[in-house]
Amino acid sequence: MEQLMSLFTDEATYRLLTIVILSIFLGIEVISRVPSVLHTPLMSGANAIHGVVIIGAIIVMGKAPSHDYLALTLGFLAVVLGTLNVVGGFVVTDRMLEMFDKKKKKK
Amino acid sequence: MNMQAILALSYLIGSITFIVGLKMLSHPDSARRGNLVAAAGMAAAILATIFLYQDEMGNPLNNYGWIFAGLIVGTVVGTLSAKKVQMTAMPEMVSMFNGMGGACAMLISIIEFHHLTSDFTWELYEESGYTFFSSLPGGMLATILIGMVIGSVSFAGSVIAWGKLNGKIKDRSFNGQHIVNLGLLAIVAGLILLILVARPGQTITYFYLILALSLVYGVLFVLPIGGADMPVVISLLNSFTGVAAAFGGFLYNNPVMLTGGILVGSAGTILTILMCKAMNRSLKNVLIGSFGAQATGGSGEAKDQGHYKEISLNDTAVLMAYAQKVMIIPGYGLAVAQAQHACHELEKLLNEKGVEVYYGIHPVAGRMPGHMNVLLAEADVPYEKLMEMEDANEQMSTTSVVMIIGANDVVNPAAKEDPSSPIYGMPILEVERAEHVIVNKRSMKPGYAGIENDLFFKPKTSMLFGDAKKVLQDLVSELKQV
Repeated sequence: MEQLMSLFTDEATYRLLTIVILSIFLGIEVISRVPSVLHTPLMSGANAIHGVVIIGAIIVMGKAPSHDYLALTLGFLAVVLGTLNVVGGFVVTDRMLEMFDKKKKKK
Repeated sequence: MNMQAILALSYLIGSITFIVGLKMLSHPDSARRGNLVAAAGMAAAILATIFLYQDEMGNPLNNYGWIFAGLIVGTVVGTLSAKKVQMTAMPEMVSMFNGMGGACAMLISIIEFHHLTSDFTWELYEESGYTFFSSLPGGMLATILIGMVIGSVSFAGSVIAWGKLNGKIKDRSFNGQHIVNLGLLAIVAGLILLILVARPGQTITYFYLILALSLVYGVLFVLPIGGADMPVVISLLNSFTGVAAAFGGFLYNNPVMLTGGILVGSAGTILTILMCKAMNRSLKNVLIGSFGAQATGGSGEAKDQGHYKEISLNDTAVLMAYAQKVMIIPGYGLAVAQAQHACHELEKLLNEKGVEVYYGIHPVAGRMPGHMNVLLAEADVPYEKLMEMEDANEQMSTTSVVMIIGANDVVNPAAKEDPSSPIYGMPILEVERAEHVIVNKRSMKPGYAGIENDLFFKPKTSMLFGDAKKVLQDLVSELKQV
């Protein structure tokens, strides 16, 4: 119980919880009323955004002691996969949306 | 100048660009810029982390060589595969990238756990007789564990979804799989609680057991789900990865990971629910159930199907050339056959002959919502020719010919008429109200959901068998002679 209560008394944790709750509502608000045409690009764009996990991978990699090969190898892999998620995600989304653009210019 | 202030500022900018980017992505006019805005924010956050991040002791990051090598490899491979992928294979690609993000979150948890436990000197622990693990911070341990579980479920699930979409993996389910799945979840939850509360001496073993079980769960979770549900599953896994990223944010007290992750988590969940609604399925049903398996047994098997009639290419061409209004209804068959360009060709030719041509787009046609729009956009089909389902249905009674290309479940009248059908209640394109219906399919096999379609046996319906691309190309040359 005490541990649970510390969620609310510890300032840093409390701040993070506030961000979580506000972000949940923001996510819901931002996405409602999306035309179905944009569902696929939107999913793909959101997919790229959660690639922000790469920052965690960079931190873990940067903190790894240079003799700890397990951490270095896994960390390296994490950075590669995270980058794939970010870069691939944004490029694919751009390619999808590029086609919408092309049409509009023709009009 | 305070470096940490700049870092915090870049994170703030990152968070704002994610919110603004998502918002812009949901409007056709600003979508492309929205994507770039989010990408720019991401780049700023990443660069700031690399150069400005300091741990609690004020030490900067090490191992720059490894970090940059990883970034370069990821960027090159990511860009190449994203540039090269066919538009038809887009859903698989998104699923794959999603899996990479999940795997990244999983690896972070594993490394952090390894850090937490590696300082531990076994001799000391054994002599003193009290558990070393009880000294580990509970909040951090919980964050690592939950982040790892969600990340690995998302990773394993996405890889299976990827394999299913490109046909490498078939639907598979066994009796009582729901129970096994729920059991797996219960065991994982139980082990997490055990570690957190009791801090047993075998914590490290249990940790890897949880990892293995989560991966197995991810596989079993997606394996039985039929292709009809794949968009929902990908969207759901997408929001899972978001949540996994957010746990990383908790772990490092990092606001940009938290905002980005939770935003995607909640937005992804809403998108998932929207898709479920479009298909009239409950999320619970998708989560626990295997749609495809129940559907085949469910209805239509014993029913006498009656006869269907075929139509020749020539007749089709004549019928279309003298029609006033033609509606094309594309489905996954169009995507598989890469027939979008041939389809546009047909549309242009008909237009020249004075025939009005529209596309009726069902929200879940293809393998992802909006899949058809993206595909037709690639073939330069004008935006205003694509009609959403409601508008298309309004136009239906004044349409002379409906041409269904590789679509099946989205025009199945069972959704309106047969309460025992698994798709009963799903809104469909009501093609029967048009004068003529022509269905292009490769064979009489049921569609992806595995349900028989009575539409094919209606008197108004004619079947035009063959590969979508070839049929459309032949149709175009026939039309030129009419």
